[in-house]
Amino acid sequence: MKILLILILSISFSKNIQAGSLEALFDSYQQAGVITPKAEQGKLLWNKVFITEKSKGKERSCSSCHGSDVRKSGKHIRTGKLIEPMASSVNLKRFRDVKKTKKWFKRNCKWTIGRECSVQEQVDILKYLTTQ
Amino acid sequence: MKTIITVALVFTLLLTTSIIMGGNTHDEEQEHGYKNTYSRQLDVAPVSNITYAEECGSCHFAYQPGLLPEKSWIKIMTDLENHFDENAELDADLQKELTDYLVQNSADKSNYKRSKRIMRALGKSDAPLRITKTLYFVRKHDEIPYRIVKNNKDIGSFSNCTACHSNAEKGSYNEHDVKIPGYGRWED
Repeated sequence: MKILLILILSISFSKNIQAGSLEALFDSYQQAGVITPKAEQGKLLWNKVFITEKSKGKERSCSSCHGSDVRKSGKHIRTGKLIEPMASSVNLKRFRDVKKTKKWFKRNCKWTIGRECSVQEQVDILKYLTTQ
Repeated sequence: MKTIITVALVFTLLLTTSIIMGGNTHDEEQEHGYKNTYSRQLDVAPVSNITYAEECGSCHFAYQPGLLPEKSWIKIMTDLENHFDENAELDADLQKELTDYLVQNSADKSNYKRSKRIMRALGKSDAPLRITKTLYFVRKHDEIPYRIVKNNKDIGSFSNCTACHSNAEKGSYNEHDVKIPGYGRWED
């Protein structure tokens, strides 16, 4: 009986993903279909250099503002604004608000790459940022 | 008799004082408007919308709505995708909420001193996208050499209000509060 109770409890807890957790963030992307996040792909995209119509010939990448060591602070290439680290290991609060994450993906993918990032690209980057 | 005269004099004095005081209060209301109930020092109404402070303030100083007219804010808010060469897109709900806040508190609707002066210096159809391009701003900063700002790593741009105006966040741009990094106090 006791074992059964524990079993039921553990199942119900495992289904109950805590809002604001990394799991909840990844889970929100799964609604678009089952995707396997690949940290290696995320890292490649993070450092890939783009020149877009709006960048006026200048090179842009995620790392140009956030830096290539995501555990450290970055600096915006144009405004000089200090940007707090992106890695969850040093700055977990970045990943608590799914809406905010998606807002910044939209803005920054358009600014950097010149288009929105696909769901796959987003989860790859998130996997990279949360495994450093 | 003497007592009656004294009482009458004191009464007259009190009455006159209250009229003068009343007059002053009236003038203050004229100058600062009903919204300014707590300080005569404030130049523009401080930011009162938390969402605005968070959304806009996460990238730059959350400029008070009373620093630009309605037309300017509408222009800015309808092209957030190209926001001074940055992408600052918001979802439709947030964009509307913030536009409403900016419009309702824009310089043309404010009774605060500087908002009124900004408006007075603008042409009727003027809708500058930058506060630094308003005639009032230009006039107030024309004594500051360009290099002091542009070549100063702690300032970088005239749009960086808080670098020199230590009370900008409270809505005060008083020149006595101005401290230019590397140069100290600035008074003309």
